[in-house]
Amino acid sequence: MESGAELDLAGVDEALELALKNFKESVVAWSDAELGRTRPAVKTVRQRSWQLAAGWALSVALVVGSVSGGVFDHHRRVEMAKAAAAAQAARQQAVAERQAREDDQDLLAKVDSDVSKEVPSAMEPLAQLMAEDDSR
Amino acid sequence: MAGAAADELAAVKLETATQEFSNIVTTHRPQIFRFLLASTRDVDLAETLTQECFLKAHRNWSSFRGESSAMTWLMRIAINLQKDHWRNRRMQFWRHTRTNSVDLDEASDWLPSGERTAEQRILAKEQVSHVWRAVKGLSERQRTVFMLRYVEEQELSEIARATGLSEGTVKAHLSRAVGRVRAELGGKR
Repeated sequence: MESGAELDLAGVDEALELALKNFKESVVAWSDAELGRTRPAVKTVRQRSWQLAAGWALSVALVVGSVSGGVFDHHRRVEMAKAAAAAQAARQQAVAERQAREDDQDLLAKVDSDVSKEVPSAMEPLAQLMAEDDSR
Repeated sequence: MAGAAADELAAVKLETATQEFSNIVTTHRPQIFRFLLASTRDVDLAETLTQECFLKAHRNWSSFRGESSAMTWLMRIAINLQKDHWRNRRMQFWRHTRTNSVDLDEASDWLPSGERTAEQRILAKEQVSHVWRAVKGLSERQRTVFMLRYVEEQELSEIARATGLSEGTVKAHLSRAVGRVRAELGGKR
């Protein structure tokens, strides 16, 4: 296997060859040192279970937050639309009522003036009498 | 009578297989651990993945047909476990907000205690640091191929079998990886 690696490096410069050799020796030294050490596994497991619990809690909070936020926003929009529609209807009703009142007043005024102006000639004496009674 | 003989034979077979697997673990554990350590720069993770690798190998030991060497088979399991780990980590991004990987300078501190002058040690440390920096910028596949070739000193055909890639693809990844290391060394020289 050594010869294969050497062959592969034949074309590359010496600095690269030396760097790769040092790199390999460094990794081997590190690995050998770590293999000889004993490590407690309990801490890692506990830490992972905490991480798992925290991860789940965070993800559940995120999902609940986003869903309830969406529902709340939707509900708020619906309420606002309802309020706007009600206000619009009230405004329209007020305008319609005012319009109707004005129309009635105009009509009555017109009728009054028409009646007062257009008395048939045969009724003139009666109209004069009524006017005299009013003045008294 | 025949039943007792069959039981005895089965027990002997089991004992042989156990002994055989135990030898495999003793022989190949350092190499698998070293590959995973170099790939992850995380001692705890390398240890965990090494254990998982041998556990998986033990479960599937009966299905190992010896078409490739045990080392290649184990390396393939280790590479797949490493891939799964990174994939899960990407999916579960909230689980590991911090990484246990040692930084590049710390990784470069390790040098064999040979007969070197202080100047040679400094030079070697600097070179190792540059290689680590280049390795950090490699893709997952390039890094795997690079480690198998220049740390484990495997043949291209072995690397191809362990990674499931063609030899041509292995060569291409290796060439890019070496180019990156060369550029890193060239830029700092």
